[in-house]
Amino acid sequence: MSREAMRHPGLNLGSHHGSDQDSAERLMFGFWVFLMSDAVLFGMVFATYLTSLDATAGGPGPRDLYDIKSIFVETLLLLASSFTFGMASLALKYRHPTQRLVGWLVLTVLLGVAFLGFELHDVASMFAQGGLPTRSGFLSAFFDLVPLHGLHVAGGCLWLVCLIAQLARYGVDRETKLGIMRLALFWHFLDIIWIAIFSVVYLAGLT
Amino acid sequence: MMIPNFLQHPLGRLDLDALPFWKMLQQPTHANVINGIIATGAASMVVVGTVVTFAIITRYRWWRRLWSEWLTSPDHKKIGIMYVVLAFVMLSRALIEAALMRAQQAFGLGGGFLSPDHFAQLFSTHGTIMIFFMAMPFLTGIINYVMPLQIGARDVSFPVLNSISLGLTAAGAALVMISLCLGTFSTGGWFGYPPYTEATFSPGVGPDYWIWALTLASLGSTFTGINFAVTIYKERAPGMTFMRMPLFTWTALCTSILMIFAMPPLTVATAQLALDRYLGFHYFTNALGGNMMNFANLFWLFGHPEVYILILPAFGVYSEVISTFSGKVLFGYRSLVMATMAITILSFTVWVHHFFTMGQDANINAIFGIASMLIGIPTGVKIYDWMWTMFRGRVRFTVPMIYSIGFMLLFVLGGMSGILLADPGIDYQVHNSVFLVAHFHNMAVPGVLFGMISAYHFWFPKAFGFRLNERWGKVAAWCWIVGFMLAFFPLYALGLMGMPRRTVAYTEASYVPLEGLAFLGAILVVIALSCLIVQLWISIRDRATTRVFAGDPWDGHSLEWSISSPPPEYNFAIVPRVTDRDAFTLSKENGSAYKRPDADAYADIELPKNSAMGPLLGAMGFALAFGLVWHIWWMVLLAALAVLVTMIARGFARDTWRIVPAERVRQDLDRWLATVTATTAVSRAGEISVANRGLAARSDVGAAT
Amino acid sequence: MIKSTQSSSDRDDLREQERRDFRSYLWGVGLALVLTVVPFALVHWLHLPRLPVLTAIGALALVQILVHFRFFLHIGFRHNREDLQLLLFSALLLVIMLAGTIWIMASLALRMALPT
Repeated sequence: MSREAMRHPGLNLGSHHGSDQDSAERLMFGFWVFLMSDAVLFGMVFATYLTSLDATAGGPGPRDLYDIKSIFVETLLLLASSFTFGMASLALKYRHPTQRLVGWLVLTVLLGVAFLGFELHDVASMFAQGGLPTRSGFLSAFFDLVPLHGLHVAGGCLWLVCLIAQLARYGVDRETKLGIMRLALFWHFLDIIWIAIFSVVYLAGLT
Repeated sequence: MMIPNFLQHPLGRLDLDALPFWKMLQQPTHANVINGIIATGAASMVVVGTVVTFAIITRYRWWRRLWSEWLTSPDHKKIGIMYVVLAFVMLSRALIEAALMRAQQAFGLGGGFLSPDHFAQLFSTHGTIMIFFMAMPFLTGIINYVMPLQIGARDVSFPVLNSISLGLTAAGAALVMISLCLGTFSTGGWFGYPPYTEATFSPGVGPDYWIWALTLASLGSTFTGINFAVTIYKERAPGMTFMRMPLFTWTALCTSILMIFAMPPLTVATAQLALDRYLGFHYFTNALGGNMMNFANLFWLFGHPEVYILILPAFGVYSEVISTFSGKVLFGYRSLVMATMAITILSFTVWVHHFFTMGQDANINAIFGIASMLIGIPTGVKIYDWMWTMFRGRVRFTVPMIYSIGFMLLFVLGGMSGILLADPGIDYQVHNSVFLVAHFHNMAVPGVLFGMISAYHFWFPKAFGFRLNERWGKVAAWCWIVGFMLAFFPLYALGLMGMPRRTVAYTEASYVPLEGLAFLGAILVVIALSCLIVQLWISIRDRATTRVFAGDPWDGHSLEWSISSPPPEYNFAIVPRVTDRDAFTLSKENGSAYKRPDADAYADIELPKNSAMGPLLGAMGFALAFGLVWHIWWMVLLAALAVLVTMIARGFARDTWRIVPAERVRQDLDRWLATVTATTAVSRAGEISVANRGLAARSDVGAAT
Repeated sequence: MIKSTQSSSDRDDLREQERRDFRSYLWGVGLALVLTVVPFALVHWLHLPRLPVLTAIGALALVQILVHFRFFLHIGFRHNREDLQLLLFSALLLVIMLAGTIWIMASLALRMALPT
């Protein structure tokens, strides 16, 4: 693969996309920088969570509240959505028909929404068991971290819907291409955050 | 049926009690009347200032121009200027507050005239404004204006985002300003430590004002940081390698990196405090597992790098100013770059020194203390580099240079007191005393503020095409320097005598003489600011005699001096090719400066169209924050929705670029080159006379090392 | 630059590249799946001592993060040193902030513990 085709991480369109590939460079780099800033945000929230593990104040702890099956399903959903987004990226890069691109994107949104549904269900059952964020420092920290990721996913879903609408309006033009490429980074990045969440919060909490 | 809360209280908790004079009218005690009068005076200054500004704009029918040429402009130069204007407005307010605090303490033996709450608001707003709404906008403005010109770029990478950053920062500033008129600001200091700022102990709107003002400002700064960093990475002119960048651009890069990585901890800390206050979470509360110590940790994870966000651009300014006015290339460029980078990294490893006394292990204190002292090394390297730059140069004592020399002398003293404070043992003795206040003002005033004012003088002719009045500038500079020394050196002694910071009143008579001196210093500093205002007035009045359209009034080194003053909107008619450091000096020496390009060298230039995103998102951000402060939930909902809709709509925007035709570029350049040809070059001896029309004579150039 | 004179060999190249890209995604998903299932199984079915399990979870998570970076975000060592530098620099700062916070707060928890 030529150097030209790999100018920034994420999916490069390749030289056959001409000037779109050029304008992608600064935008993608800028978006990476934003993601790194976001990563520090998550890092600090993780730090708060890790330092609040003992602050249950007599309230329910990880073992009372976490449901490993639900988390496993959520993990698979996100992983599947990463794959479908990957397929959407390939459809964009290799100029498949727009319907196919939109199909993959719609599938991704559905998977994202399903993930959010499971997560909301988790929260509801935690609430039912007395796991309210106002109960203890530990639960406050939990409800900072996991819903922050959830909010990001929700934002990503909304962005996806907007992009699909833009595709319907303008077809595959420069802006939609760049939008999809940035959202792809965002989506895969959120999956990485989720790896940290299911490992550090749920699995370590249930060990 | 229950009536929804927002219908019962359409204005949330906003009522007559929020007005600054209400309490005075209800309970006219002596103290209430005095504090009421001061608060009302301040509020009416805001109101009158706003009304007068609006009246003037309406009277001269400037609204359309203001909107289409300034507020919606994505031009980095105009955005930069607006940032600096914001900084000056906020500086005026915070400086008056400082003088008021000094007055209170000068007469504070056994009482004084301000109530403790009022005094606490003063130091909280003073600190918050000076850091977030004076220093940050000032340096952001200067970088915005200068950095793209120095690297030979047409604009920053994301011009509309740049305008949005300004909108958010201005919204935060407006929030702090309106807190003068409605309700009270936080009394928790600029770092707002819980649990004091929790709802239990500060149930009012004060901490909420603080939280949302900071949130808006830090969002703006994060975007700015990303924007600048990408610009420096991706928009440099051909040949402008990293090691050929002017030092100011280097410091801008390092500051941007700090902004990108240091703002998130602040966002987390303030967001968690907000969750505590609004939804009853327990991050920093006293009960149910809250841990207020984590707030200090998170805040200073941001707070310490923030200090370097502020100081690094000033270091960059001094580097440019000292080398220009010494007529020499910068000594030890490479070491200055290394030192800047070292400071950038080290600044993330020292945050504990802000809370040595909190109770952590002595080993932790020792390690962070040593790391703090280490920062002295790269900073020391810089001081020596600047001194060697001046050494055997033909130093011209212009206004920016006076600030720079004042900085070097005073900053070393401040650095020394910093080394003392970096020792945890000593810190335990002087922690929370005015010794600390003296130390950080000794870094912030000669370091940051002098740097920014120096930059203002240095680049003003570039931005507006005429020079600032030199005499008033010198008066102001000396007032700043002497005023600073009078105001803060006594505080070192007072701190060692045991005076705690933020003291509204005291019973120790021996404080009085030193407090008096410090008050005199504060008066002098207020005079200094007044001199700057007079200077601006006189400079505008006399601008016909100080025009420098040719663009190079100081015999500058870097690319921003190689174009007209003020520069055209697209900056460079033809993007320059850079072959070495000090690109413009080089082209002046080899005769390639002011050359007319070949006729076919011109090309159409693509520029971003104006966008209302900045002012719109700023206004919506303000409404959102204001609604949150006063619990006006319908306003919160509407503003949040509006933000969302605006951003989505922007996604559908196409055709956001416009073309400047090559022919117009050629005409602009011809007009400028004709002026250059008609201009008499001036030697450095005539630099501050009316003879200086922005063209430097090459004959008497001092040693080029 | 593209001209519409794409020869058939160009198109074959493109198709070959597409196949390679697709396989890369499959690899990514496969590896990620394994790296997910193993720690979940470890926690759910095998009741081993705490410390080794925690270590395993941490190690597997790190590997999975690398897998995601490699196969989904296409980060490599051969290209784009600038972006790799950005990532490593961010990682460095993140480690400093995280480790520092945990160290400090752990020390404070030990020495400043409030009576519960």
